[in-house]
Amino acid sequence: MDNSPIIEIEKLVKKFPMGRGEFTALNGIDLRFKQGEFAGLIGPSGSGKTTLLNIIGSLDVPSSGTAVVMGRTIENLTARESAKLRKESLGFIFQSYNLLAVHTVYENVEFPLLLLNYTASERKKMVSDALEWVGLTEKIKSKPPQLSGGECQRVAIARAMVKRPSLVLADEPTANLDTANSHNILKTMETLNRELKTTFLFATHDDKVISYLRRKIFLLDGKVDKEEITSN
Amino acid sequence: MIKFLIKGLIRDKSRSRIPLIVVSLGVMLTVLLHAYLKGFMGDTIETNARFSTGHVKVMTKAYSENSDQKPNDLALLNASAIRDQLGKQFPQLDWAERIEFGGLIDVPDSNGETRSQGPAFGIGLDLLTQGTRESERLNLVKSLVRGNMPKKQGEILISDEFAKKLRINPGDRITFIGSTMNNSMTIYNLTLSGTISFGNEILDRGAIITDLQDARNALDMQDATSEILGFFRDGFYNNKSALSIAATFSSTYKSNNDDFAPVMLTLSQQGSMGQYVKMSDYWANYIALVFIIAMSLVLWNAGLLGGLRRYGEFGVRLAMGEEKGHVFRTLIYESILIGIAGSVAGTLAGLFFAWLIQKYGIDISGMMKGSTLMMPSVIRAQITPSDYYLGFIPGLVSTVVGTMLSGTGIYRRQTARLFRELEA
Repeated sequence: MDNSPIIEIEKLVKKFPMGRGEFTALNGIDLRFKQGEFAGLIGPSGSGKTTLLNIIGSLDVPSSGTAVVMGRTIENLTARESAKLRKESLGFIFQSYNLLAVHTVYENVEFPLLLLNYTASERKKMVSDALEWVGLTEKIKSKPPQLSGGECQRVAIARAMVKRPSLVLADEPTANLDTANSHNILKTMETLNRELKTTFLFATHDDKVISYLRRKIFLLDGKVDKEEITSN
Repeated sequence: MIKFLIKGLIRDKSRSRIPLIVVSLGVMLTVLLHAYLKGFMGDTIETNARFSTGHVKVMTKAYSENSDQKPNDLALLNASAIRDQLGKQFPQLDWAERIEFGGLIDVPDSNGETRSQGPAFGIGLDLLTQGTRESERLNLVKSLVRGNMPKKQGEILISDEFAKKLRINPGDRITFIGSTMNNSMTIYNLTLSGTISFGNEILDRGAIITDLQDARNALDMQDATSEILGFFRDGFYNNKSALSIAATFSSTYKSNNDDFAPVMLTLSQQGSMGQYVKMSDYWANYIALVFIIAMSLVLWNAGLLGGLRRYGEFGVRLAMGEEKGHVFRTLIYESILIGIAGSVAGTLAGLFFAWLIQKYGIDISGMMKGSTLMMPSVIRAQITPSDYYLGFIPGLVSTVVGTMLSGTGIYRRQTARLFRELEA
């Protein structure tokens, strides 16, 4: 595993206006993630895990403190630079898949590559590889409404992974799946993490997900409550 | 990327087909209504044109100054030569000589004594020449109540109401008593061939229609005529063209101070018709404008809803690193594509239906029974140049503006909330 930090967070505070006052979602977070980690932010609703994921994903900026993701300081990025960071280096997996319903599996997975201006032949190869990783080569021409929930989430994983991002952010990726599908999805992500050295960072409170994590960061009221590292 | 967007556009019915149908229908209705209103408003003008003013009218200078009195002593001489010249100079118009006159209709009994009598207003027009359009122009055949159209000289049509008042029937002999253009008395015998209903109070009270040659014979007006009326061949009055034609014609006689020199007046230059032409234009445009605004709101709303419906898709695209500006631009390009396609399809469909109504008309004769208005029994649409482009106002502009408005949500959207928003 590469020892260089992919994410460095120092004294990070995030406050949201609430009525006449403010609500502190994150309160002095210090965290570092290395390339290839399979980690999760764990905590109940309101603990700040999604807010932290948003900041790491350059979808939001801290109120104070610093968040550096792949060498880029999030609070200093313009909207265009944030979009560039997401486009080139980050993959997202959502709880409800968010696939484009009118496009085929192939086209959904191909979309991030279109934003990166890959040639058609490059795209074809990369999409085929990504669908092979998630075991969906047979469903290449299917459209999301024709797929099961598990298959949809596999497409979402392929879409997040197709550009070989350094970091994949997954917000409750198994929330809409049954147990069997959840395990299949998590195994797939774990395999990709090991084979491609992609860093996976989850926001979850699902025990199934937690059982797969090698690093568990427990958040409570906007602070890191405790951390656990398992070597499996 | 373009291919990807076009695929999405084609496959997503609510993003392409439904907006396309809505835009096309809106544009079609706008074009059709505008053409219909133009035709309907224009029909009243046309009715006056056909009976009285023509689209342009040539008279002597002196006759035009006293035209209310129908002074046939001031009629145009060498009428056939003037008409031939008009036909050559302005072939875009159909020219027709008319003689308007007043007099007394006397109905004799079997002894030759007066049985009944009444004042009459007469129109002499070409009813018998091969290919004449005068009978069609005044809708005489359809207006026949009893009897037939005149088939030979010496036959006359009388308004049905007048005929009843005079107690005469088709086939009866009548005598016209009046004055010639030289102001001497004339007595001329005619046979009633049929009665007609004009649907107009004034004409029904005492109008008679004779062939032009009979009027000439009765009034001693050989090769003379009260007026020569010009009608645009497409059947619709065009004020701009008419004014230009009248100006060209009048410039020829500008230096001629002779009272009998011909002058040409357009429909809008006669009586209060100018005001009516302006008013009808104003109302047609005003009603069309109200409809365009209403359709614009509908299409604006459709564009707005289309954009809002795709909020989820835009969220995913933003999260994946597509720039807000790019998402917004693609949305606008799509709406331009839909707007143009819908406007073209709607305009073509609107023009087609307007053309059908222009050519075949809508027969409202059943509704006209008992009406005292001088209105045509068939209402026709009129396609004008503005019909070719006005549908693009609601079709393209409103659709794009609606989409732009909904698209501003993309800029206002907090990317920080994407994760929450994208969770179903």
